[in-house]
Order: sequence, then C-alpha cells, then structure tokens
Amino acid sequence: MTTLLFIEQMLNGLQFGVMLFLMSAGLTLVFGVMGLINLAHGSLYMIGAFAAAAVAAATGSFVLALMASLAAAALAGALIELTIIRRLYDRDHLDQVLATFALILIFSEGTRWLFGSFPLFLDVPPLLAGPVTLPGGIEYPAYRLSIIVIGLLVAVGMFGLINRTRVGIRIRAGEADREMIAALGVDIAKLYTFVFALGAALAGFAGALVGAIQSVQVGMGEPVLILAFVVIVIGGIGSIKGAFVGALLVGFTDTMGRVLLPQVFGLFLEPSAAVSVGSALASMLIYILMAGVLVFRPRGLYGVA
Amino acid sequence: MKLRSAALAAAMALVGATAQADVKVGMITTLSGGGAGLGIDVRDGFMLAVQQAGRDDLEVVIEDDQRKPDIAVQLADKMIQSEKVDVLTGIIWSNLAMAVVPAATAQGKFYLSPNAGPSPLAGKGCHPNYFNVAWQNDNLHEAAGAYANDTGLKNSFILAPNYPAGKDALTGYKRFFEGALSGELYTKLGQTDYAAEIAQIRASGADSVYFFLPGGMGISFLKQYAASGVDLPLVGPAFSFDQGILQAVGDAAMGVKNTSQWNKDIDNATNAAFVDSFQAEYGRLPSLYASQGFDTANLLISAMGKADIADADAFRAALKAADFDSVRGEFAFGDNHHPVQDIYVREVIKEGDVYTNKIIATGLSNHSDAYAGDCKM
Repeated sequence: MTTLLFIEQMLNGLQFGVMLFLMSAGLTLVFGVMGLINLAHGSLYMIGAFAAAAVAAATGSFVLALMASLAAAALAGALIELTIIRRLYDRDHLDQVLATFALILIFSEGTRWLFGSFPLFLDVPPLLAGPVTLPGGIEYPAYRLSIIVIGLLVAVGMFGLINRTRVGIRIRAGEADREMIAALGVDIAKLYTFVFALGAALAGFAGALVGAIQSVQVGMGEPVLILAFVVIVIGGIGSIKGAFVGALLVGFTDTMGRVLLPQVFGLFLEPSAAVSVGSALASMLIYILMAGVLVFRPRGLYGVA
Repeated sequence: MKLRSAALAAAMALVGATAQADVKVGMITTLSGGGAGLGIDVRDGFMLAVQQAGRDDLEVVIEDDQRKPDIAVQLADKMIQSEKVDVLTGIIWSNLAMAVVPAATAQGKFYLSPNAGPSPLAGKGCHPNYFNVAWQNDNLHEAAGAYANDTGLKNSFILAPNYPAGKDALTGYKRFFEGALSGELYTKLGQTDYAAEIAQIRASGADSVYFFLPGGMGISFLKQYAASGVDLPLVGPAFSFDQGILQAVGDAAMGVKNTSQWNKDIDNATNAAFVDSFQAEYGRLPSLYASQGFDTANLLISAMGKADIADADAFRAALKAADFDSVRGEFAFGDNHHPVQDIYVREVIKEGDVYTNKIIATGLSNHSDAYAGDCKM
C-alpha cells in the first residue's frame, strides 16, 4: 500500500471517529450524569436525519436542514425526558433498558407512519459535492473533510462547555454527587432535561450529517447505537474526553482493520481464504479492542473508579 | 321454519363441497422494520392480481414476519395448523425461506416463492411442491458477469456483504465473468460507510466495479462513490436499483447498469396493463418485487382454473405448466421448478422528476441456473 493511500485511509478513520464522537457524547453524558442507559439514543439520530431530509426537500437548503435536525432531536429529547425518562432515574437498569427499547419501537413505527417505508433522499450540498485535492495529491471528498472539521469544532465546544462554564460545573457536580448539588439549590430536574436535550441534539446532528452520504431510513440508528456503546465503554462511562479518545480509537481500528487485515492474511493464505478470514476478523476487531481495554482498565480509559 | 332453513343450508353446503374447494393462501412477508419496502411491494403486486381476477374462491391471509426467521416459522406453523392454508407464499429473505419452506413442503403444502431463491432449494433440496416464480439467487449476478464480457470489461473490482447471499452473488458473477479480478472484498452486513473500500477501488487499477449491496447499504455506497470522484463504470444487480431505492439515491445512480429479469418497459400487453393499474391503485411505479408478487398470484390463479387444490398431483401439474400471462413475457419453469428466463441489463435514467430504469441489452437468454442438475425429483 502506498503512503498516499495510507494517509487517505487514516483520514477515513478520523472522519468515522469524529462522527462516532457526536453520537457517543450524549450517550456518555446521560449515563454519567443521570445513570441512565438510553437505548433510544439511536432513534434520536434517526429523527435528526428524517427532519433534515424533510426540511431539505421542502426548502432546498442544507444549512436549514442541519438546524432542523438539531431542533427536532433536541425537542424530541426534551419531550421524552419530561414524560418518560424522568420516571426511570430511580429504577434499575433493566427497567430502563425495557422502557427505552419500547421507545425505539414507538419511534421506528411512528416514523414509518409519517414518512412511509421507503428511504428518503438527502444529498450533500452542491458546494461540497465531489472531491478536493489535498496537499500531496490525495483526492478526498470535500464533504467528508467538512464532517471532520465540524466534528472537531463540536468536540472543542463540548470541552469548553463542560470545563469552562457554569452549566458545565453543574453537570460535573451532578456526576459526582446528585443529592449534594440538589441540596445546594441547583434545580436538578431542569439540569437533567438540559443534558438529555443536548445529547439528543448532538445525536440528531450526527444523523443529519451522515444521512447525506448514507441512507435515511427507519432503523438507521441501531447499528450506530451499538458502536456508540462500544465507544463509551472503551472511553470510560461519563467521560467526554473518554468518548472522544474512544471514538477515534474505534474509528481508526475499524477502518484500518478492514483495509489491512485481508492484506496481512494474504501474506500466508491463499487469496479467497485471506479475504474471508480477514473480513470476518475485521468486523470483530473493535470488540476485541474493547475486551482488551477492559482487561487492563476495567472502567475504561478515563473512567473514574 | 328456522330448522328447515338450517337443514337447507346444510344440504347446500354438502352440495357445495362436491364442487371445487376454495383455495386459502398464507402470505408471510416483511411489512415492518428496515426491509419493509420489499414485502409491501410483493404484497401489493400479489393483491392487485387477486383483485383483478375477482374470484370469490380465493382467500389470502397476510402476516408480517419482521424479517425474523423465528417469527416466520411461528407464522407458518399457525397458518398451516389453525388457518389450514393450502398454499404459502411471500417470503423475501433467503434465510427465512430456508427456515420455512422445507417444513411446509414436507407437510404437503405448496410454496410459491415471490423473491428468495437460495441455492439449496434449487439443487439437492428441491421439492415437487416448491415453485420459485422470481429467480434463483445467483441469476442476476451471472447475467452481470456475462454483460461485463460482452462490453469488453477485463478487470473488475467486486464487493458484497459477508453473508451467504453476498458470497453467492460474487460466485455468480465470477461463474460468467472471464476477465481478471483486481480486488475482491467482503464488507460487514449492514455497513453504511464505504470510504475505506472506495479508496481501495481507486488504488486498484480496475476498469469496472461490480457490487451487490441490497437496500440501505447500496444507497450509502452509491452516494459515497459519486462524491469520491472515482469514475469507473458500476454494475450491480437490480436489488440496489429498484423503484423504492432510486429516489433516495438521486443523481448518484444515473447511468449505472444493473441486471434484472423484469422492467416496466418490457413490451407486452400484460406488463403495460400491470404498470398502469399498479400506478392507478397505489400511486407509485411498481418495482421488480411488485412484478414478482403479481406473477406469483397470476400463476396460482391460472392453476386454480385448471385443477382442484384437493387433487395435489393435478394442481402441481397445473402450476408446472405455468399457463399464465407473465409481465416478463415468456415464462416457463425448468425441471427444478425455477424459472427459465431472459435476464436484461438496465440503465438508470430520469423520466421527468422520477428516477427509473430502461432496458438496454439482454444479459442472458433462456437462462436456467447452475444447480438444476443436482435436483432429483
């Protein structure tokens, strides 16, 4: 493999990782602050993508579509927090899994009822269609490059929010001891709604960004949800920094595994066997990575003991 | 008075029983979840034919398998044991068909497949009561390989998901393609990001790309391929280019060649009437899945006209004769009860605002399948 191809694949890994970060940031916050396992996080991702596709079809503007995805997912997030999720904080994890799994079914069939069973159309904006040539002669899709930039900006924004603002202090305090900050006069209910809506908005935003280069269809959120759980387990539950590092690790591992493993096996196996063994192992690689991390750091890379 | 009319009704019923028995059909198909578009099309095509036939001795029970083999098996058991259906049909996915079909045919029920055509059921595991109205799974891929030869392609990069139908797909393509392979890849089933694969295609030096990525996977691949700036010609089977998917892909699919046993511009009266009436009834263009559902129902109705379902041997012979007007034009079953048919090459075009397909060539004529020789019945 040439150096150029290797760099291109590293960029692909980075882009995948950044996208996973948007998805896992909300999941890890909700788990860390409220102690809630939210399986319906993938549905919020789907809601973002459908809102973006509907608005893009109506107005033709991609920027409006992105804003709609943020708004729709945040609204859906706030709504389910106020009506359903709120009642689950004191229940055990099994109840939470059961209730949020029901939410997945409700959202999926609700979306089908509204939009039908066929995938929707959402395209990249014309400005970002096609490839750009990077220094060194790599041709790389402009849209993927923008996802990397936007994702990194969101990551910086999240660090700023958590570490530098009053809301961030409250969120961190809520993670450490929720009775205590309630006793100090912080309106914990409002804080929870805010955190949940924030996580939902990020998931919806990721759905819209990715929907433009993938397929906007019912059930699109569940495969990503599984990856997001792998990310937050690797990174340490509740840690934004962990989610970032975990997302990039998973992104690189998955992409490079898909590219390199079949070639590595090709060195000592016949081609057809190498391809099937290599691809089979590549699809397991991130779970092997997760198991490996857990052996040495049972609470994940940045998990607090 | 009441007693007498009851006796009369009973007598009428006895008389009725000596005439032809009603046929009860159990349709198990995917109506919810990610693959629902296919099942809905098969159901709508089937019911359109039933409605047009206007027979009151045909009853259809429809259930949703949610694309889950265990649910499909439960539904089949329920339909056979408590609904007492005579004929089963509707299954979209090969793994579900493998779970349901052998047990159903072993209990003496007929199974008419409107979509899945796994290789075991065409070869060693064939059964006199199993009829496939669509295709054997490898067929469209074989036609793509033949088409690649015809157009002088020498060096293909091929990819498919890592599951049985994906392996069958690439095997089917390679069975007919005579050129070299500059790369062969199996992706994860359900994968949605193909950046790494597209980078490898760019670096491979191939002159064409053959891909089998059904449903959402194909939409993702096509959009990302178009954005990548790689401009090698793409060839695929119709599953990534059916009427339901094309609108979601948009311009990225324009000009792509794909293989199919059916298209809406096949020139015969049955097909023209089917396309018109489907559009009038459901407000959308039919897909190949809808055409398969329509043919399946018409095959069944033709057999009902010739034989009584109670006489299984006669009914089987009536099905085998395939004496109905297919939307594909000529239609005949081979000895393993799979179609012998032409497979066409289509190109994606735009008609007004709607993306659709147009036939540009014939990939394989009177094509059977590679497994027919293994079928002993």
